[in-house]
Amino acid sequence: MSETDHAELDWLIDVQDVAYSIAERNIFADLTMRVRRGAITAIMGPSGTGKTTLLRLIMGQIQPQRGRIHVFGEDVAALNRSQLYGLRQRVGMLFQNGALLTGLSVFENVAFPVREHARLPESVLRELVLMKLQAVGLRGAADLMPAELSGGMARRVALARAIVMDPEVLIYDEPLAGLDPISKGVIVRLIQSLNRSLHITSIVVSHDVREMSQIANYSYLLVDGKVAAEGIPTDLNASDSKIVQQFMSGAPDGPVAFNYPAPDYFEQLLERH
Amino acid sequence: MRASPIRAGLIKVGDVTWFLLRVLGQCMPALARPAMIVEQIYNAGARSLIIIMLCALFLGMVLGLQGYDLLARFGSESALGVAAALGMIKELGPVLTALLFAGRAGTALASEIGLMGATDQLTAMEMMAVDPVRHVVAPRFLGGVIAMPLLTAIFDCIGIYGAQLVGVAMMRIPAGTFWSQTENAVGLSDINEGVIKSLVFGVACSLLAVYEGYHAEPTAEGVGLATTRTVVSSAVLILMLDYVLTAAFL
Repeated sequence: MSETDHAELDWLIDVQDVAYSIAERNIFADLTMRVRRGAITAIMGPSGTGKTTLLRLIMGQIQPQRGRIHVFGEDVAALNRSQLYGLRQRVGMLFQNGALLTGLSVFENVAFPVREHARLPESVLRELVLMKLQAVGLRGAADLMPAELSGGMARRVALARAIVMDPEVLIYDEPLAGLDPISKGVIVRLIQSLNRSLHITSIVVSHDVREMSQIANYSYLLVDGKVAAEGIPTDLNASDSKIVQQFMSGAPDGPVAFNYPAPDYFEQLLERH
Repeated sequence: MRASPIRAGLIKVGDVTWFLLRVLGQCMPALARPAMIVEQIYNAGARSLIIIMLCALFLGMVLGLQGYDLLARFGSESALGVAAALGMIKELGPVLTALLFAGRAGTALASEIGLMGATDQLTAMEMMAVDPVRHVVAPRFLGGVIAMPLLTAIFDCIGIYGAQLVGVAMMRIPAGTFWSQTENAVGLSDINEGVIKSLVFGVACSLLAVYEGYHAEPTAEGVGLATTRTVVSSAVLILMLDYVLTAAFL
């Protein structure tokens, strides 16, 4: 397939009928979803539903057994290693725990992708890194080591690192997990402001229904390897699907059962050994 | 279908060989950053010095004691220097340095890389379009390969000194006899044998350490298992290679 001029593409990421399984376990059955240019797209779902696996499929780390994934109009599975690396330079990714390189300072962590991919004079690099740290509010922390940062700060440094090469797409893997309300507010605000000011497309994988409802332009709810519901946040809140209602309201029991499958309780208690 | 142990072993040998080719392919780009290589030589080599020097001293002293006792039965005590030097340079130096290296530096390498994998740092590099083999694995591999012959040389010197300490100071062999006989008997071919062995062991230990670390399960338990496997497989491989190389040189 010839390279499509990505400036014309409305859908930057296009997942078509993807099936993926690992060790006899089906993670995805017939997954179809699209990410629109310039939008903040939320991917939500119960734990273990494969949201992180989906990100790995999009980034070409693993290949689907069936179906196609197009990123910037290119079939990810058909790319060779150097083409894949070229694609990844246009996508920034924020990992759940930040994944900062522990041996490098905050400054060096943010500078890392630039040092690897660009030949910039040191003074220009310094200004670039300081600007990105300023965007996430951590310019004063440039000399700290990752071990000295709190969880929220580490995530913000990782965000600065993810945007340092000015990517076209930013992927956030559970950016709000484990954060206090203030840090959550900071990250949510950053996701929104970066999407607007950098004119990028954002994909946010998250459990946090309330926060995602505030910022997402479009949401997907993944359950059992399929899209159970999609739409703008108000659509999901108004959905009459039982699984969607359980997830959006956080009800402990429903289509996603509270009790793990087990034999009859009474019989098991009275079992003679 | 459960793979038989032999089949699993062969698969692993193929996997490790393939990984070696991949690492070697990234060694040239890694050499473009000498500062990183020097740092890894420090981590693998300089930080192993204490254990290498202490063990060399005691081993040399034991060699002196045992060697004197054995040679005294044939009235050849004065040949202690020759026996100790040749034994150290050709055999004990390379093998014991490699075993100590595997235990200290090999486990440190495996656990460091394994932890980077467990905390998503290697995946993050992949996502930033940086090959983790080029940036993380190859410098550590090169650091180990370069450090090993250097550590072996230090081990040999201190070991021979230890033997001399026992033979001359304790057993009263004349120092002149000890050293002149040693100088006569030890030739360049013996030293070459020791150097080549240490290089081969360096490649083997470093490769197994980086392989196990890179392929460790990304959990705390997985990293622990990887460090154990590093020591065990390094020990077995070192002794196997030692037999092959010794037979080749004789």
